[in-house]
Amino acid sequence: MTTVPLYEESAHRKHTPWRRIMLAVEPYIYIAPSVLLITMIMLVPLVIGLSYAFRDIQLINPFSGGFIGLEHFRTLWTDAAFWHSMKNTLVWTFASVVLQFAFGLVLALLLNNPFPGRGIVQALVFLPWAVPTFLSGLNWAWLFNPVVGPLPHWMAALGILSAPENILSDPSLAMWGPIAANVWWGIPFFAITLLAALQSIPQDIYEAASIDGAGPWRRFTDITLPFLAPTIAITVLLRTVWIANFADLIIVMTNGGPADQTQIVSSYIFTQAFRRLDFGYASAVAMVLLILLLAYSFVIILLRQAMLKR
Amino acid sequence: MKSSAYSRSYRFLHYGLLAFYVIFALFPLYWLLKVSVTPNDLLYSEGIRLWPSRPSLAHYTFVLAHSDFPLFFKNSVIVSGSTAVLVTLVAALSGYAMSRFDFRGKMWLVGLMLVTQMFPLVMLVAPIFKLFSPLGLTNSLTGLVIVYTAFNVPFATFLMQSFFDGIPKDLEEAAMIDGASRFRAFQQIILPLTLPGVAATLGFVFTAAWSELLFALMLVSKAGASTFPVGLLSFVSKFSVDFGQMMAAGVLALIPACLFFLLIQRYLVQGLTAGAVKG
Repeated sequence: MTTVPLYEESAHRKHTPWRRIMLAVEPYIYIAPSVLLITMIMLVPLVIGLSYAFRDIQLINPFSGGFIGLEHFRTLWTDAAFWHSMKNTLVWTFASVVLQFAFGLVLALLLNNPFPGRGIVQALVFLPWAVPTFLSGLNWAWLFNPVVGPLPHWMAALGILSAPENILSDPSLAMWGPIAANVWWGIPFFAITLLAALQSIPQDIYEAASIDGAGPWRRFTDITLPFLAPTIAITVLLRTVWIANFADLIIVMTNGGPADQTQIVSSYIFTQAFRRLDFGYASAVAMVLLILLLAYSFVIILLRQAMLKR
Repeated sequence: MKSSAYSRSYRFLHYGLLAFYVIFALFPLYWLLKVSVTPNDLLYSEGIRLWPSRPSLAHYTFVLAHSDFPLFFKNSVIVSGSTAVLVTLVAALSGYAMSRFDFRGKMWLVGLMLVTQMFPLVMLVAPIFKLFSPLGLTNSLTGLVIVYTAFNVPFATFLMQSFFDGIPKDLEEAAMIDGASRFRAFQQIILPLTLPGVAATLGFVFTAAWSELLFALMLVSKAGASTFPVGLLSFVSKFSVDFGQMMAAGVLALIPACLFFLLIQRYLVQGLTAGAVKG
């Protein structure tokens, strides 16, 4: 015990001015590579992208590049396809998040109590999460294809569809294709996160409650849910942003079609940039999406602050 | 008596629901495998049979011997492997700094990293293309590695930080009192203890880079530098009737991701929470 101060003293005496400077800059040396990468590959392009929103930049037109002010935003205001994609984004995000969360929560509860074979069951049900997104999109597109997939035949047999047709080419149903793929792929994420939260609930609370005569439902609503609430709130809110931005499945499965019925804002941005090579307009749409997401994130931060205080 | 009947029906419900989840999770992958081993002449006649009457590996032989998929596979392994190693190195350093140091601007750094997780990466597609093309980084695997590395560093930093947080500070403090520099203590004492974290980070990043599609589509247009997703997608749009071959290629794309998943499976619950919910 008594030797500890002695060591510290001698360690302090060794601090030459040079060493002190080194100690002060040390953390920055450790974070420098990360900061450099993020700045050069994400922040600089972000700023440049924002400037494109006010310029006429089309890759195929060598004479483009001029400053055009708010022209893109004026076009955007009257662009029916854009407004349509906003509405689709809401449907896509809401349906995906709600279904992923509901199925994920039930799965987490099922996996929470030990049972023989839990390890293997857990590995199997979490497997979709490891499937590359482009592949899960293609895989579900094939399942919905009446030529090779069973789903249209099964749905027709159950009376959900009047004939075994591909829902991806039916404008009124097409959105459910990417949503199904997204739910399948995303359940494990919620299940994993909620399972970790469930496992951090002290077991003796449950024991005390059941001694006091609380049934399973009471225990769930009075103990489990309040304990999970912060995790649920943060996960759902963050996931909402992530899914609203998630264009891969739509690009792979429907490319926004048929008749733009599955076009969400982020796939619309990608289509403008990748297929029409209209970088200016794509950036203007992106800027609107960014502002909406920033507003949403601001609400999240306020909520989080309120929750932390409680 | 009553409680045992209750617990039996409860257990029945429990296993029944779990069986539903297992089937739901595995069925699409099973179907992928099934069509990939169905010979073309049976594809239409045995459309919804659960297993072909005469399975064959012909599609795999074709894909491996007569298509560009082995090249796409190699490109994807190079890109994902390099990205995973680079990200892990960079994120180990910054994760360590976040876990051990209090420094001016730390809150800003956390904020910056969180913002990068929130904003739509798709809006960087156009500017990155514009920046990279004069540098010769389009149509090149290096360009993809740079982009993927930057995109994955924030999440990997949070992940590594959570693993470092689990290791007592006394360990490197003792080593430093004995005269080791902090970097030596980090390298020789702390890093070996976080090997599970390093493995998890490698796995996460590899899988993420293996799956990335949009930037690969935008930045690479020549077949020679295509990654697997781009190769598969262009195959699908060109030969959309060769279902057997497409699905055989799909199964190949699944292999590395599943291998990594099995490796990191144990750390999933711990790792994802730390990385994803921390913000």
